[in-house]
Amino acid sequence: MKITVNGDLKTVEDGVSVWDFLSGLGLDPKKVAVERNLEIVPKSTFADVSLEEDDQLEIVHFIGGG
Amino acid sequence: MDFTDEQLERYARHIILKEVGGAGQMALSQAKVLVVGAGGLGAPMLMYLAAAGVGTIGIVDNDHVELSNLQRQIIHHTPDVGALKAESAKAKLEALNPEVTINIIPKRLVSENAESIIGGYDIVADGTDNFKTRHLISDTCVKLEKVLVSAALGPYEGQIATFKPHAGEGLPCYRCFLPIEPDPSQERTCSDFGILGAVAGVVGSLQALEILKEITGVGDGLAGKMLMVDTFSMNVRKIGLPKDPGCPSCGEGN
Repeated sequence: MKITVNGDLKTVEDGVSVWDFLSGLGLDPKKVAVERNLEIVPKSTFADVSLEEDDQLEIVHFIGGG
Repeated sequence: MDFTDEQLERYARHIILKEVGGAGQMALSQAKVLVVGAGGLGAPMLMYLAAAGVGTIGIVDNDHVELSNLQRQIIHHTPDVGALKAESAKAKLEALNPEVTINIIPKRLVSENAESIIGGYDIVADGTDNFKTRHLISDTCVKLEKVLVSAALGPYEGQIATFKPHAGEGLPCYRCFLPIEPDPSQERTCSDFGILGAVAGVVGSLQALEILKEITGVGDGLAGKMLMVDTFSMNVRKIGLPKDPGCPSCGEGN
């Protein structure tokens, strides 16, 4: 299925979880926040939430400057 | 309590707003806001809070003003280099609005003093530059049920959100967004990575605005939301930020 990640179209395995998707990109899921269809996905649910066709994802990096 | 003629004139442009009015201005004068960090975010934020007539403002910062701060931390001026930021900020705020009470706490916020410092205020503004202190502020605010208006800066970007999990079902705390501290390598401080000065002005001013809205009840707040400001592309987006049921601070993970 096709999803959009940070503005780019990507093909991913049907029903892949947020956790597995991030791991597949080589990212540590513990270290990023994911916005799915304009809402942050709670981190404790990454393994349970399955992506769906046409999802719009943004991988949000944490910033902490003041 | 009635306004003096001078107060009516000073705050005329607030009082004329139908959403603010005399009641809103009175709420501002009775509010107690603690600003942690008198740096890039704190500088514009403190100036707008004092100008608006927030009655009591606490400033926590143990740093001294450096020359390299001045391209963005506009509350501090060239003659202040070497002075405590809290002292420097207090002097400017008292000149701006002598009606506000400025308490300075020239210490680092640590677990031993966080509750006693934060406990005396209604609203806390996080303008710090490290994740460890951000977590300490959030955890203390969750415990003491204080409203936390949080902002963070990147070189060209900002994130702003209001956290008050005590105020409603489904409202998050900062740890719902960032449960554990990222590696120090991800700690992208302004001194390490740089920042275009006015970015701090925009984001710190938005943070002040959200505090004024929380106090007066005007408009839509940012509880359960996060405003992502990308000044490089000039994209501004408001996204949903739900409570994490497994949050180690305000959820079942506690």
